[in-house]
Amino acid sequence: MLEIKNLHVKLEEEDKVILKGVNLTVEAGKVHAIMGPNGSGKSTLSYVLSGRDGYEVTDGSAHLGDIDLLEIEPEERAAAGLFLAFQYPVEIPGVGNMTFLRTAVNAQRKARGEEEMSAAEFLKVIRARAKDLKIDAEMLKRPVNVGFSGGEKKRNEILQMAMLEPKMCILDETDSGLDVDAMKLVSEGVNALRSEGRGFLVITHYQRLLDHIKPDVVHIMADGRIVKTGGPELALEVETNGYADILSEVA
Amino acid sequence: MAVAQSMTEATDDRIAALSMPEGGWSQAARRGALARLQDMGLPKRRDEYWKFTRPDTLNTVAVPEAAIFEHDEAPVFGEVDRLKVVFVDGVFDADASDDLSLEGIEIDRLAAVAKADIHWAKELYGTLETAGQSPVARPHAALNTAFAEDGVLIRVTGTPSKPVSLIYHHRDTTSDAILHHVVRVESGASLTVLENGPAAARFNKVMEVDVADGGIFHHVRAQGRDHERRAVTHIFARLGTESVFKTFTLTVNGQLTRNECVVELTGDDAVAHVAGACVGDGDFHHDDTVFITHDAVNCESRQVFKKVLRNGATGVFQGKILVREGAQKTDGYQISQSLLLDEDSQFLAKPELEIYADDVACSHGSTSGAIDEDALFYLRSRGVPEGPATDLLTLAFLAEAVDEIEDEAISEELVNRLRGWLDRRRS
Repeated sequence: MLEIKNLHVKLEEEDKVILKGVNLTVEAGKVHAIMGPNGSGKSTLSYVLSGRDGYEVTDGSAHLGDIDLLEIEPEERAAAGLFLAFQYPVEIPGVGNMTFLRTAVNAQRKARGEEEMSAAEFLKVIRARAKDLKIDAEMLKRPVNVGFSGGEKKRNEILQMAMLEPKMCILDETDSGLDVDAMKLVSEGVNALRSEGRGFLVITHYQRLLDHIKPDVVHIMADGRIVKTGGPELALEVETNGYADILSEVA
Repeated sequence: MAVAQSMTEATDDRIAALSMPEGGWSQAARRGALARLQDMGLPKRRDEYWKFTRPDTLNTVAVPEAAIFEHDEAPVFGEVDRLKVVFVDGVFDADASDDLSLEGIEIDRLAAVAKADIHWAKELYGTLETAGQSPVARPHAALNTAFAEDGVLIRVTGTPSKPVSLIYHHRDTTSDAILHHVVRVESGASLTVLENGPAAARFNKVMEVDVADGGIFHHVRAQGRDHERRAVTHIFARLGTESVFKTFTLTVNGQLTRNECVVELTGDDAVAHVAGACVGDGDFHHDDTVFITHDAVNCESRQVFKKVLRNGATGVFQGKILVREGAQKTDGYQISQSLLLDEDSQFLAKPELEIYADDVACSHGSTSGAIDEDALFYLRSRGVPEGPATDLLTLAFLAEAVDEIEDEAISEELVNRLRGWLDRRRS
């Protein structure tokens, strides 16, 4: 599904190398987690994959199926089935949440040559999905993320994911800013979307999210590389011993 | 002194080229306005009040040619049940207009009743304009009072069932239209006035609005999309106790537009909202000049202006809140913002507060910025291509001003229209 090979990335504006040869393959139907200390390059990886400006790929490749992600625009990556749940969802004053979602759903459908969703059909689907995430009608009407609490913002990200039905979901520190109840709700939302045809890459600092979203594979990232890969037990090891042990082990 | 000399000559030349309509009761007001115009002269480039806008083409005797703008879209406010009053290049079109009678309201045409000896408008015609000449001179408004060819005189005594809709067509490439409207909203009465259309190659319009105690006046204007039109317009409003005055203007295109709005809150607890949204592309210059005077206790004034500028377009905002001595508990708010879609466009803003009372809350803010890159990326990461995403953000920016319109159906129509224009521009 997602295949990253030897990915090297530096900041465009300054001579700072962030990713130093990332190799990672996420298979359909699997949940991979990336853990790692601050500054290891986890969020950069998610931004580079989704096409944010400001990064320069100096070497390597990233493919979604047979699509070369690095060659296409962010909107084309989205239409190809890539979704990034933001660590800090952006507030967009003046754009209603519902309008935003409908525009996004139909833009993707159009890009894929599919028929656009009618207003009535869209409303029916979004109501059902919103209900599962305890998102009320008021929140759907409000401008995108404006005045939303941390938990509401993250639930809204998962709602977008549910509506857009991507093939490959990247969750960037979705647990940050969440209390226990909100984390449970968000995790349930994610788990409901797990399916054979869909891959997940869950980026997190902490093991606790992985109690709710159980990963198949756990990677440890440090200084721009994946330094260790293992099963769910690797996350527990981090929880118990911190990153220091693992890092000294691989150094 | 050579410049001053030539400006005096320019004013004289312009006056000489115009003819004052004959007219019983308006004659004294017209002569007074002419004297004021001669005294102050037409605006000069050096005038502080015209620092950001070149008055030249508004002053000249010859009217710069303006091509007729052809388009195939449905007229603005076409869906609204309204009483239509149509002017073509400043000339009343009886066939295209509705019958001017409606319950709760008296409508006359300035040209039709001027010869009568007396009319309720006699007390008002040019009065608010005169008051609005101080502390800042507004020569084109005086010129208008002196030489206006026509206009509507509206006296509202009740609550008419529909808005009065002033429609201005432009069919002559060198037309020079001067219209002067007078509105008197009697105590407890209410009216909505709609205006749309390009009007003429050059358009000078004054609207004097006197809102008595407890009266309500709403005004929504959509200035035509003619690329080459030039316009100088003035609204002069006087607000009585507990009265409400709300005006909104949408402007798209136009080489030169100067919209002045002069409001005086003279009765306690009055409310004045002045708002505008504009979209300028290329050879576009749009100037909102607002002057709000608080002269009573516990009044609220609110100014909200948003401009989207691209391809070298220029936007100007000069907005002032003057709080006179004794106008305690004033709540004055002013915001002017521009969205600059490239580096060639510019926004020039001069927000001013002048306060002589000590128990007031006044704020003003002015910003210029580009599209929010984070928001743009967020939209694109959800699959919305860059063009439509930019439009969505642009529309959201403008919508905050359009939302000032109280009538939701009308604000929705204007937002839809803006959406259509942005769409088309891209394709």
